[in-house]
Amino acid sequence: MWKHLQIELYKIFHRPRTYLAFAAITALIGVIQLGLKVDGKEYTEFVMADFAGSFSVDGKILNGYFICYVILQLLLVHVPLLIALIAADMISGEANMGTLRLLLTKPQSRTEILLAKFFASVIYTILLLIWIAIMGLFLSMAIFGTDDLFIMKSSYVVVVKSSDVFWRYCGAFCFAALAMTTVAALGFFLSFFAENSIGPIVATMSVIIVCTILSTMNIPLFNLIKPYLFTSHMVTWKEFFDFKVNDANEAIIGSIQYPEKIIKSAIVLVLHIIGFVAGGIWYFKKKDVLS
Amino acid sequence: MYKFLLLVFVFCYINVNAQEQAMQLVQKVKAKLDVVNDYTAEGKMRTDVTFIKAPVGKVKVYYKKPNKFRLERNGGISILPKGGISINISSMIVVNGYMALDAGTAVVGTTNTRVIKLLPNAENSDIILSTLYIDEANLVIRKSVTTTRENGTYEMEMFYGKFISYGLPDKVIFSFNTKDYKLPKGVTLELDDVDQATKEKMKGKKGKVEIIYANYAINSGLAESIFK
Repeated sequence: MWKHLQIELYKIFHRPRTYLAFAAITALIGVIQLGLKVDGKEYTEFVMADFAGSFSVDGKILNGYFICYVILQLLLVHVPLLIALIAADMISGEANMGTLRLLLTKPQSRTEILLAKFFASVIYTILLLIWIAIMGLFLSMAIFGTDDLFIMKSSYVVVVKSSDVFWRYCGAFCFAALAMTTVAALGFFLSFFAENSIGPIVATMSVIIVCTILSTMNIPLFNLIKPYLFTSHMVTWKEFFDFKVNDANEAIIGSIQYPEKIIKSAIVLVLHIIGFVAGGIWYFKKKDVLS
Repeated sequence: MYKFLLLVFVFCYINVNAQEQAMQLVQKVKAKLDVVNDYTAEGKMRTDVTFIKAPVGKVKVYYKKPNKFRLERNGGISILPKGGISINISSMIVVNGYMALDAGTAVVGTTNTRVIKLLPNAENSDIILSTLYIDEANLVIRKSVTTTRENGTYEMEMFYGKFISYGLPDKVIFSFNTKDYKLPKGVTLELDDVDQATKEKMKGKKGKVEIIYANYAINSGLAESIFK
């Protein structure tokens, strides 16, 4: 399987569209950083307009940690499209080119071949997130410096001490990797049902858009299904940036407010990944491959 | 008739005398504080507001007579309620032109204090009323309650230690009402669900900012540029 994984990675990284995703990430993050470097003060004044009327906030709010938080909030909505471009093409792309039957003549089992393909798309996903971390976190830290992280949630404000931020980003990126792997698994699953790449890519994005809307709308009917939608759990990375306080409202450094939420969401996402991959393999093993 | 006039005279005399005594007490406290031309102090600041989660941070404060004050957080972000609050004692009584009224006595913590109400003479003053709880024995302010035109009512409680001779506290607790403070909706970019119990907990509680001072450097001659 290792040999097959190498071949799949070779295929992925010899396609121009793979680098299109990295170029798109670079451009998007670059635009955000440029915008905030030039007009960041106006942006923070706008975001904090009402709060600043009651409180005076002193310090370097517009620092590398804050910029990365803004980037993650904006990008993790769009990154699924870039992942679907590769993951949803893994099987359907082979079928479209007429190489699927040839691929299956190899001595490995269908499960091994499919798992190698899935793991290759997972490696691509992780590399994309590492690139986001390099551009969004490390480059922002270099350009804007570091300080405490100031986050305005819908009901309260959180100020995370600068020495307590970095490990939270490590956790958040690991969780984002799990969330994006779920997207890759969905794209991979849908690629079994088509013989061209466009269909599964569009279908993956459609499923994500519909589920995201259902996760966001606060309607009692949808609230019943929300816990089962993977999109409801994809945003749980934000939980890393909320900490516990003691009775005197003092921040407990190194704590997470709701660690159980992270564990629960991780379990739901892992179950989705297993479900999509196992479902796809089960379907494919019974399929009469003609292309 | 004579008895009535005598009664009015005695009442007026007592009243004027009480006012004079109150004024004198405030002047004595002010004179004690006037010994300090400037100071620098390091300390720790704790923000206790239900809708603000912030770590305890190190702060450095600078003060210069008559009312220049700067609070600087050592390499971090600090959040303080607005309202002309400098969290310094001098700001409580540096009001040009005021009337002092004796309002009796009260116990603050375990200390007996005289309650003095300060009414600014200027009609457009932001401070409407300031109530000072003065420890007559040590000539220091133990507590103050200030009502402002724009920023509601806030309270300051002072705890003294080794710098009591300068009238400078070791600990200041600044309290304010948080029910008037609202977080903006729609620009937070967050879609977090907060349960009802947490929302209820966040309502109607007093917010507090506590500063514990250490290492006062008094009359070292601070430059004006620090306050710019």
